Amino acid sequence: MQLKIQYYALMREQAGRSEETLETSSATPADLYGELSTRYRFTLTREQLKVAVNAEFSDWSRRLTAGDAVVFIPPVAGG
Amino acid sequence: MMRFRFTQTAIDTIEARRELLDLGAGGYVSFEGWVRDHNEGQEVTRLEYEAFQELAVKEGERIVADALRRFPVKHALCIHRIGSLALSDMAVWVGVSSAHRGEAFDACRFIIDEVKHRVPIWKKEHYRSGDSGWVNCERCAAPPGHTHGHGHEHEHDHELEHHDEPAASHS
Repeated sequence: MQLKIQYYALMREQAGRSEETLETSSATPADLYGELSTRYRFTLTREQLKVAVNAEFSDWSRRLTAGDAVVFIPPVAGG
Repeated sequence: MMRFRFTQTAIDTIEARRELLDLGAGGYVSFEGWVRDHNEGQEVTRLEYEAFQELAVKEGERIVADALRRFPVKHALCIHRIGSLALSDMAVWVGVSSAHRGEAFDACRFIIDEVKHRVPIWKKEHYRSGDSGWVNCERCAAPPGHTHGHGHEHEHDHELEHHDEPAASHS
């Protein structure tokens, strides 16, 4: 299935892009992070991140469906 | 009404304060967050803020709504700046009006604390040394090529900051 991934901050720098459309067989955000970590050598572990699907916080075990927009959220630092 | 929003330019506090006016309010409390010239032993020269705006405005709005539910205040508003900021620039502004001062202080504190903790905003510090780094992100991870990180203290700090939240806040 095709997913849209958007990258911010450290994730954007490490992926070398701010978004991409990806053909993947990853069924959950957790699987997807594993796949992309291998590709981009992300330095943060999944435990350090949160994940959003379609602009809402999500569980790592949610079943992804075609067209979902996924964002991995590194530790925040507003203010 | 947008009670949490972003701006790419300087925050207009005079205009923002106007949104809090209320005939029943006896005063208002505000907090301004400024860009500081140092952090964790490094000399900071400027900052860049970035946000996942689509989610950040929703989460920010939920925080302000929470504050209005928890504290008997009249109005509350939070504005966060994004983009490149210089030293002493205002990065964030929170304002709360209420009949009495106590709850305005409490609500203002609640909002800034929750915003720092929950809203997907990131800051990259640029240092005098020429180095730069994403706050809360770089020191807890071993950079590529390094076999060892900067110690475990930061990991623990970070876990407290990032994972010790009520499950309800992200459901």
